[in-house]
Parts: sequence; C-alpha cells; structure tokens
Amino acid sequence: MSDAGLLTLSLLIPLAGALLIGLTGRHPNLRESVTLATAVLLFATVVALLMRLNAGALPAVVLHEVMPGLSLALAVEPLGMMFGLIASGLWIVNSIYSIGYMRGNKEQHQTRFYICFAIAILAAVGVAFAANMFTLFIFYEVLTVSTYPLVIHKETPEAKASGRTYLGLLLGTSIGLQMVAIIWTWVATGTLDFTKGGILDGKIAAGVAPFLLALYMFGIGKAALMPFHRWLPAAMVAPTPVSALLHAVAVVKAGVFTVMKVAVYIFGVDFLARTGAATWLMWVAAFTLLTASLVALGKDNLKARLAYSTVSQLSYVTLGAALATSMGVIGGSMQIAMHAMGKITLFFCAGAIYTATHKTEISDMDGLGRAMPFTYGAFLIGALSIIGLPPMGGSWSKWYLILAAADTGHLIMIGVLMVSSLLNVAYLLPVVGRGFFAGSDAAPAHGAVPAAGAQVTTGSRLRRIKEAPLFCVIPPCLTAAGCVVLFFYADRLYRLLEPIAKP
Amino acid sequence: MSLDDVLGLFNYWMVIVLMMTGLYIVVSRGNLVKKIVGLNIFQTSVFLLYISMGKVSGGTAPILTGKPEVYSNPLPHVLILTAIVVGVATTALGLALVVRIKNAYGSIEEDEIQTMDLVAESEAETTGHRR
Amino acid sequence: MIAYHLPILQIVVPLIAAPLSAFCRRAGMAWYLALIICAASFAISVALLVRVLDEGHISYLLGNWAAPWGIEYRIDAVNAFVLLIISGMGTMVLPYARVSIADEIEPHNQALFYTCYLLCFAGLLGMVITGDAFNAFVFMEISSLATYVLVALGAKRDRRALSAAFTYLVMGTIGATFFVIGIGLVYMVTGTLNMADLAARLQGLEQNRTALVAFAFIVTGIGLKLALFPMHLWLPNAYAFAPSAVTVFIAATATKAAVYLMLRFLFTVFGTDYNVLGLTLTYMFTPLALAAMFAASTVAIFQFEIKRMLAYSSVAQLGYTVLGISFASVTGLTATMIHLFNHALMKGALFMAVGAIVLRHGAATIDSVRGLGRTMPWTMAAFVAGGLSLIGVPLTVGFISKWYLVAASLESGRWPIAVLIVLSSLIGVIYIWRVIEAAYLEKPPEGRTAREAPLSMLIPTWGLVGANIYFGIDAELTSRVAGAAARLLLWVAP
Repeated sequence: MSDAGLLTLSLLIPLAGALLIGLTGRHPNLRESVTLATAVLLFATVVALLMRLNAGALPAVVLHEVMPGLSLALAVEPLGMMFGLIASGLWIVNSIYSIGYMRGNKEQHQTRFYICFAIAILAAVGVAFAANMFTLFIFYEVLTVSTYPLVIHKETPEAKASGRTYLGLLLGTSIGLQMVAIIWTWVATGTLDFTKGGILDGKIAAGVAPFLLALYMFGIGKAALMPFHRWLPAAMVAPTPVSALLHAVAVVKAGVFTVMKVAVYIFGVDFLARTGAATWLMWVAAFTLLTASLVALGKDNLKARLAYSTVSQLSYVTLGAALATSMGVIGGSMQIAMHAMGKITLFFCAGAIYTATHKTEISDMDGLGRAMPFTYGAFLIGALSIIGLPPMGGSWSKWYLILAAADTGHLIMIGVLMVSSLLNVAYLLPVVGRGFFAGSDAAPAHGAVPAAGAQVTTGSRLRRIKEAPLFCVIPPCLTAAGCVVLFFYADRLYRLLEPIAKP
Repeated sequence: MSLDDVLGLFNYWMVIVLMMTGLYIVVSRGNLVKKIVGLNIFQTSVFLLYISMGKVSGGTAPILTGKPEVYSNPLPHVLILTAIVVGVATTALGLALVVRIKNAYGSIEEDEIQTMDLVAESEAETTGHRR
Repeated sequence: MIAYHLPILQIVVPLIAAPLSAFCRRAGMAWYLALIICAASFAISVALLVRVLDEGHISYLLGNWAAPWGIEYRIDAVNAFVLLIISGMGTMVLPYARVSIADEIEPHNQALFYTCYLLCFAGLLGMVITGDAFNAFVFMEISSLATYVLVALGAKRDRRALSAAFTYLVMGTIGATFFVIGIGLVYMVTGTLNMADLAARLQGLEQNRTALVAFAFIVTGIGLKLALFPMHLWLPNAYAFAPSAVTVFIAATATKAAVYLMLRFLFTVFGTDYNVLGLTLTYMFTPLALAAMFAASTVAIFQFEIKRMLAYSSVAQLGYTVLGISFASVTGLTATMIHLFNHALMKGALFMAVGAIVLRHGAATIDSVRGLGRTMPWTMAAFVAGGLSLIGVPLTVGFISKWYLVAASLESGRWPIAVLIVLSSLIGVIYIWRVIEAAYLEKPPEGRTAREAPLSMLIPTWGLVGANIYFGIDAELTSRVAGAAARLLLWVAP
C-alpha cells in the first residue's frame, strides 16, 4: 500500500471501528471484539508507518483543502510517530482493561463508551500525524468534544458539573486563545505547515514573540499549565479506563505534544533560544511543576492525587520545550512516552483497586497491598518510573532535562527538577507503603469476614489474596513491564527523536 | 440666519416640524392608534419634502404643448405617489393589527399590554421550573 | 431570450404568483404553487450567479429605459450571492413549512400565508437585485409589510405575536422612512437615483452638508432594519412569536437583505473615499458591533424560551457581520459576506429544530426540551450540530466565519478585537450548552409522549445541517464568491 494510503488508513480504521461498535452494540462480546480488533489493526498500521519512516520515507497526504491555502493534511515525522505509537499501542492494553473494568463495575451506556473512545483515539492519531497547525487544531477539538460524554459517563450531578468545567476550560482556552494564535500565525506568515526550524523566524518581531507564545501555551489547555489545569482533576469523575488512557495519555499528551510541535515546528528552537521568548514559560512550567506536586501531597483520593501528579509531570514536557535546546526537546519528548507508560500503570492499578474493593481514598487502603500483590507491585514500578529512578524508563527523560538545564545555564531548574523528584517520592511511595505495611492483617480486603484474623498462617494469607478480575490485573503488569523495557531500549527512542532536534 | 432663510424655506421648516411631531408622538404615546397617527404624520412630512424639492417656482406640469415652458420636476412627485401607497398600506395594516390586539388583549394601551405579556412570561417560567 | 430576461423574472415570477396563490381554495394548492415558484426563483438565482462569476456584472434595463433615467437592475457578485442566499433559504423553508404552518395557523388563513410568504420573498429579492435607490425602498416596504403580517400570524399559538408585529411595524416603518428621507436628500444633491450614477456624482461632495445628512439618515434607517444594536429591540419578540417557519425564513433572509443594502450604500454609493465613512465605521460600527456581540449574547443566556434565546443570538451574530464591515478591508468584508451565508445556514438549522420541538410540544422552552435527546433524537442532534456551528467549532461554517473575522482584525492590527470576538463566541457556548444539557442529561417529564418530528420537517433541517458541515469543510466556493464580492465593494481589482 502507498504511504499516503497507509496514513489515511490510520484515521479510517478507528472511524470504521466506531461505526461497527455502534452497529454491534447489542452484543457485548462482539462489540468488545471489534474494539480489540480495531485497536490491533490500528497499532499494526502505525507500526507499518514506523517502518516506512525508518526506511527513510516521509509519508504525507493532503486530505482536503478547506479554504484556499488551508488544508486538512497528514504527514509523519518522528515526534508524531512516537505519540501515534503510544496512543495506539496503549489503546490495545487499555481495551483489555476496559472490558474488565466496565463489566466488573456494571457500568451503563457501554456502547456509547466504546464509540466515544474510538473517536477519541481517532482524534489522537489525527493530532499525532497532523501536517499543519490547522489540522492539528481540528483534531484537538474533536478530541475535546468526543471525550466529554466519557467524562460525564456516570451522569450524576457531580459528573455533570465536572463535565462543565472540562468542556468550558478546554473549549474556552482553545477557541479563546489558541485559535487567535493560529490565525495570527496565519496572517503573519501565510502558512501553518509544520516546518523544520519553524515558520515564524523573521516574520514577527522578537518583542511580540512571547505574547504569541503565551497565546499558544495557555491556549493549549490540554497541557494543563497553571492556571488552566482545573479540567484535569475534574475529569477524574470518569470511569478509570478513561482516566488511564485519555487523561494520562491521549488527551494530556495531545496537549504537551502540541506544545512541542509549536515550539519546534512553528517557532523553531533557534528562534526561541535567540529571542528568549520562552524564558517566562520556563518559570511558569517550573511553578506548575512544583505547585501541582504540593497539591498532590494533600490529596487523599487516589485518582485526584494521580491527576495532580499528571499536571506536574506534564510541565516537565513544557519545561523541555521552554529550555529551547535540542537536549530539552529530546528530554521533553521522551517524557511524553515515559510518563505515559508510568501513569497509565498507576491509573490501571487505581482502577483495579476500585473494582476489587470499591475504595477510592488512600487512607482506606491500608494493608491492601498484601491482598493485591500484583496490582501493588505494578503500582510500585510505575511510581518509580514517574519518580525517575533507574532501571525505569522515567529516569532517562529526567536525565536529558537536567542535561538541558545545565546546558543552558539555568542551574536553578536542576534544583526544581530535584525537588520535584523528592515530592514525587513523597506522594507516590506512601501509597505503596501503606498498602504493604500499614494496618493489621485483620483489615478485611473486600468485605471478607476476618475469620481468624489474629493467627494468620501463610496458607490463609495466600487465600486472602483477592485481586481484581484478570482483565484488570494483566494490563497494569504489562505496562509496568513496559516501564522497565523502555529503560533498556531508550536509545531507540533517542535515535527516533534525534532528527527533530538536529537542525 | 436671515428672514429669507425662514420664510423662503418655509416648506422645509414645516417638514422638519411635522417630522419631529410625528416621531415624538410615536415615541411618547402609549395608545396604539395614536402611534399610528404619529407614524402617519411622520410619513407625510417626507411626502412634503419630496414634493417641495421637485417644485420649480413658476413651473407647470410637464405636459408637452410645443411651447418651451418651465415645468416642475415630475420624478419626485411620481415617487411620492408610490410612497403614499406604501403609507396607506402601512396604516391599514397597523390599524388591522390594533383591532386584533384589542380582541386578544382587551386593551390598546401599550403599557397594559406589556404588563400582561410580562405576567404571562413569568408564569410560564415558574410553572416550567416547578414541574 | 429567457436568459436575457432572467433578472426581471427573478422578481416578477414570485410577485405574480403571490396574488394567484390568494385565489387558491386549499392551502395545499397554495403550498405547491409557492414551492414551484420558489424553486424556480432559486434556479434563476443560481443561473445569475454562474453568469456573474463568468462575465462580471449584468445590467438589465427595465422597459429599456436607459440607465440613469430608467430603473436598472444591476447584478454583480455581491448581490448575486445574496440573491442565492435568499432564494435558497426561501425554497428550503417551504417543504418544512407545510406541516408546521398547518399546525400553527388557522386553516382559513393558510392559503393567504403563502401569499404573504411569496410577497415577502419577492420583496427581499427585489431589494437586493435593484440598482435603483428608490426602487430598493419600495421593495423593502413590500417585504416588510408582508413580514409584519407573517409575524402576526403567530397569534394562534401566542397572542404576543400581535404586539410583536405591531412593534416591528412601527420600528420598521420608522427605519424605512429614515431611509427614504436619506434617498430624497441625495436626490436633491445629485438629481439621480441610480446607484452607480449616484456613486459617480457623489465624488467630490465630501463636504456637502445635504449629502452628509443623507448619509446619516440612510445608515440609521438601514441600521434599524438590520437590527443594529441598540436598534434591535423589535427583533427578539418578532422572531420568538412568529410561526416557526416564518422565524426560520426571516432570520435567514430579512436581516441579510438589509445588511446587503448597508454594504451597497456604504461602499458602492458613498465609497471608501468618503471620509465620513471611515469615522462612522471606526467610531460607530466597531463599538456597536462589539456591544451587540456581548450584550445580546449575555441576554441570550438568561432566556427561558429557546426561540427568543436564538433571536438574541441573532442580534449578536449581526454584530459579527457589522464588525466585518467596520474593518473596511477585503478580509473584513469577505468575513461579512461569508457570514451572511453561513449565518443563514446555522440559524436556519437551529430555528428549524426548534420549530419541530414547538410542533410536538407546543412550546420550546428550556423546560420543554428536557429529555428530548432521547425522545426526539434526530431533532436534537440537528440542534447540537447547528449549535456547534454557531459556536464556531472547526469543520462547521461557523468556524470559517470566525476565521475570516479574526484574521481581518489581526490584519488591521486591532488584536484586542480578535480576542473579544472569540470571547463573545464563548458566551455562545454557555447558552447553547444550557439547551444541550437539558435535552441530554435530564429525564423527560412524566407522561410525555415520545414522538420524533415528521420527515417533512426533518429532511430540510438535516439538509441545512449537512450544508453547515459541507460548507465548513469545503469553503473554497463560498470564500471565493465572498472574496470577489468584497473586492467589488471596495473597488479593488481582483
């Protein structure tokens, strides 16, 4: 198949998937098979595209010209390739998990759930492969709108209120700020194509560049830069598979991915470095990074804590872009992949705990680790990756970011990164610690009557293991393994990303 | 401003007086029939404006009699015939509406009608919310 | 032969058909007649647009009287485009109107309804096609008088239609009279009524006081007709209480024709060299447009009746249109022209959806739409699509409008206005969302019968929704025509 055909196919597959899911809605088994098959097919397509890219081809296709000079177009480049791989790859794992979770918790409206999910993935892939800012913006908005029904899935008043925050902030920032920035770019340069080295150099005055950058950065609400981060904790009312794939991977990563794209292909790293337009952004990112971590410390709800952790971790990527060096760009881009793998693991675990015990507050989870060793083991690995300890993938991105900070002489940023890692330790590890060590064995795991809680023998301890359904336990174990694998194969990622940083 | 300006342009001054009178009646009177009357006066002032501008002093009607004569500009006069028709139609329609309003509301006073409308509106809203 | 007479046929056909339909005994027959006539009109306007794009402007002399003396119909890209909007929407509304009108108007008035409809249709077309200033006034009054009647016909459903029609009549007549005073004054100065001739003769008369007064009267008069904020007070009630089909029709066409006249007089007749024009645009149109965008949108949030909410939104949308005019640049006028078209599509779709709700539930309020997402899924889906378009979500026509408008403001260096444009469209999110939430997230009240609107209403509604999306994805045609029109208005060579 031609490159262009393959690229178009990557959008058509989830679209067809969504339609088929709708048609097979009455037969849950068939419906879920369709979801899985779509996910696998999509991943295969993206991998095929990766092979073309590695072979030196740059697949591109113009789908449609909307207005003279403005077209819906797709093109593959390394950064988008990485994001596409993450989104489509983790969709497979997440689909397996969704089956376990949605059935385990007897959720309503499952067909709607799977349809919206497929469309959201379609939008994520569209964002990943967009050839110009216009196309990216469109898929960005599709992503917002298609995830709204997922956020309000439970249809409780609380979910509706959160849905309002979610939609209000994401639509508000994107239409209110980002669109202005895009049109400004269009008026100034006459193009919106992602071009190596940027398109703004020489087209706008260095003095106004920070303002345009601000319109972009705050306009990309999905990057959750403070003070526009409120939507992310709000989105946590959604079922956990949504939080896991969308609000730890697809949606938020679409945000920081756009940040990267704008920094690298619209402004150009050189232009940013020369004019210092991104210096303020560095400070905002650092502020968000630390503040969100501090807020996370105070959260007792596990998902809320993870959400604020995400806000903080996303700012690493923005920070990487703001440092405006090739190291920073690579570190930030790697963070997209590493954090995705780590955070999805954590969310899977949170969901598994909820499915097994219906507990959401960390203070209630004392001793659960002994009942759910696999889940908690995966949680530990994911947490270590987020913190950035070897041998977990997360360590590499932090490493490159620190190198970039040292490179550009922003030594204070090294301090920020270190403090943040410590904060990560402080809010993530206690969860594991309490799970394994706190509380007495008498604490019942899941309403099980502690028959002979005082004298526990090894045998009864094994019997007390009460994991979530298999479909909910295998995915976090897989992604936890992925965190380790990413540590050893980081050089491949580095080589994939290298071309975007080199002029 | 000389006396000539006032007396020589007498018809234009009257146009302005009528125009303002008509507009004032439309705005200030609450009675719907009176509003229509005001509207009529307002429109009539425009008729006078057009007719005045077409008039040439000493001119006659533009009928070809062979002798070169001074005659008035017929075009504005013809235009205003059309405008008069429009005015009559507007008045007729306006009065017809007043009749219907009288039947429906039992009043042709604007403020009373507005009060009734407001009451109906708030009732619809409260019953709606109570349900 | 017929091709040559197309411009006059555009007007005469509906004008003759109007009294004919009054003789129809049954409403059905009148409806057929109106449908055929409107469709023919639409075909004519398509032919005219094609010809204009091909060969530049068409000049048609009525009764063969030479141009500045006789009445000339002069068609170029600007009015051919508006003709297309009016005749297209007029035709789209009719299939929809049949059921809705049968429900909302007393039987003995139904045939007469189509008479008024055709009169209004002919009047609007005439107002746009003519190249003669006074002729424009006459057609304006034909359409206005017919519109007052159409609005008043809503009285069977709600007596407030009568008072709304009366207010509209008073305001509309004042506006039209102002307009005709202005025309009289320019005639005094120039001795001509032909617009092209006026444009030539007004050159060099920048300081003439009579011409200045004429300018003021004409702008104010048309401003009243197009509901330029704060002269919009007649509009919300007229839209809210008119029969649903009428609301769709006048919301999509009446103000559009007025905007066209405004453009014609500002740019073609008075022209960009006219120094008062710049002042008017900067100090009057820009602030008024911004005020409309914010004030009217904000008021829309607090409306209980959805029709009235959308009516206020129309006032706000007219603010966008006027804002585009106020830039007096090619991009700005392109935004205005394209928004005329796009707004007709989105408001058409929205009002049609609301009309279907009125048909089934007697009223369309925030209360009566509760749970409609389930009981009238197609209607509500159309409303959502139209709403998204109104907000300006990408891949809908609303986005295209907003794109050009923001581009125009950035181009002119007035970037705060760009920010205000998008902020005001966010207010749109709020009022549209109120309806969507009520429809999808609330349970329907007990004992409500679940019935979808009839197909004859759904198909036109979805036709417009489809157009919303199609012209949002493929804006090449509309932006080309709108761009050509903008350049013509500004006397810029293409």
